Amino acid sequence: MPGMDCRLVVAQTNPTLGDIQKNLEDHLQRIDAATGAADLILFPELSLTGYFLRDQVEEVAQTLDAPFLRPLLERSKRISIAFGFVERSREGRLYNALGFLEDGRFLAVHRKVHLVSYGLFDEGRDFAPGEQFRVIESRHGRFGPLICEDMWHMPSAYSYFLADADALLVASSSPARGVEAPGPGLASQRTWNILLQASALLYRTWVAYSSRVGWEDGIGFGGGSRVLDPYANTRGALEGLEAGTLAASIDSSVLRRARSELPLRRDEKPELLAAELARHVPLLRALRAEHALQHE
Amino acid sequence: MSELDIQPELVAELLVAFLREEVGAAGLARTVVGLSGGVDSAVVVALCARAFGAENVLSVLLPYRLSSPRSAQDAALVARRLGLPTKRVDISAMADAYLAGEGVTDARRRGNVLARCRMMVLYDLSVDWNGLVVGTSNKSEILLGYSTQWGDAAHAVNPLGDLYKHQVYQLARFLELPEDVIEKPPSADLFEGQTDEGELGFTYADADRLLYRLVDRRYSEDELVAEGFEREFVRRVSARIVASQFKRVPPVIAKLSRRSVGHDFRYLRDWKR
Repeated sequence: MPGMDCRLVVAQTNPTLGDIQKNLEDHLQRIDAATGAADLILFPELSLTGYFLRDQVEEVAQTLDAPFLRPLLERSKRISIAFGFVERSREGRLYNALGFLEDGRFLAVHRKVHLVSYGLFDEGRDFAPGEQFRVIESRHGRFGPLICEDMWHMPSAYSYFLADADALLVASSSPARGVEAPGPGLASQRTWNILLQASALLYRTWVAYSSRVGWEDGIGFGGGSRVLDPYANTRGALEGLEAGTLAASIDSSVLRRARSELPLRRDEKPELLAAELARHVPLLRALRAEHALQHE
Repeated sequence: MSELDIQPELVAELLVAFLREEVGAAGLARTVVGLSGGVDSAVVVALCARAFGAENVLSVLLPYRLSSPRSAQDAALVARRLGLPTKRVDISAMADAYLAGEGVTDARRRGNVLARCRMMVLYDLSVDWNGLVVGTSNKSEILLGYSTQWGDAAHAVNPLGDLYKHQVYQLARFLELPEDVIEKPPSADLFEGQTDEGELGFTYADADRLLYRLVDRRYSEDELVAEGFEREFVRRVSARIVASQFKRVPPVIAKLSRRSVGHDFRYLRDWKR
């Protein structure tokens, strides 16, 4: 891995639901404030649009060449920008997407793979799922983009681990819930912290987590944005329910040392996993087919 | 320690943030609350005072001539303790003009009329005060349907709707509300000697334990019986929840067109706010 450090700013924002002009202005302000001091700024999931969009999904969607996005592209000549938006693809699909802008262009777009459609959530109705995990090869490092629920499925971060990512970039709009005693704090936030720490440790990777705050029709978003090093130490965090920004450096020497001390990646056996999957997948398919037959 | 225990400090922080943002979404920073003398409305005004400053929380006492004098005393005590601007509107004349005219004697009908008179006054005052009407229904009441539709159940935002009665008490103690208000038996005070628990036929303590398992934890009837709940009690409470669903949803609109409000016109209230 080339020795590359990245000065990162994590933005914890409170988007106004569906008011993309207002949200764009908030992005530009935060980007301008970070430009010069940082190499990369990370925004939360759907940061440009707000979360519970429902029928607004169609109305706020942007194609990658949309004039609306130009101010962001323009600024990406001086700072790399990862932001959440609704992508309208050329075949007319709508994606919950994380755009990665660099040098005035879209370097990458990660489309959320694991859409949530249970309890509070209905993403499966409004969005098409993404179909891949691809490392972003930025001038500031190799980044693994993930959107919220993506993080809960082991193969997501594992793919980036195999692909030698330096850092996971996790963008989230996670509803705050679980106030039961003794705590401390929100159950949802505690769970996220465990997940982020475990991922940092298991994959020996930097983890940047940008999570929004604010309320949409009584549903609060928990914030708790943070940056963890490959030992799972917190290098910076925004606790509480306020919007804000947090600066941290993704230091490649820390990453190198952490991976030398505990060479999990070197000793990983992806061939073994591939063989096991080759055995499991047909069995799972057969089970699904059997289930279908019973209902015919 | 109960499994229903919350972290009151965290809940207060969340609810203050909720009030600021959701009242703010309406372009307002003031609230109106009907102060009954009970624990729920006391908690709500205390939260509103934290969110907006006491001077921006209009507490309204709405006695009827048969209301218990203790209700008004307790309400006044809460308002005084928190330093809230207070207004007293006796609803006897307006309620009786209708009740006497129609010859209404049935306690349930009268109770509903009183609750709706109070709603009318609160909504009218909210215009003059330039504030939002904040509701005080808790999760126990809402699930049991123990409220008057378009009466006490009518409000713009509700900070207590996801807290069981047990949890409201916990929050009340954290907010250091007067012990008198916390200790007395809950009552809608719609007729003399009325208590919630007398009318419901079970205690909030029992109902909360059951509702928590039934709703929050998705226990089945058999699992609840295995936990020691009487099957009859489980069925009674479950039936109440089903029967009162109409109080928890907006009015049903007949779908005729290609796109209809209430069906496939899907926007949050915080749309662009």
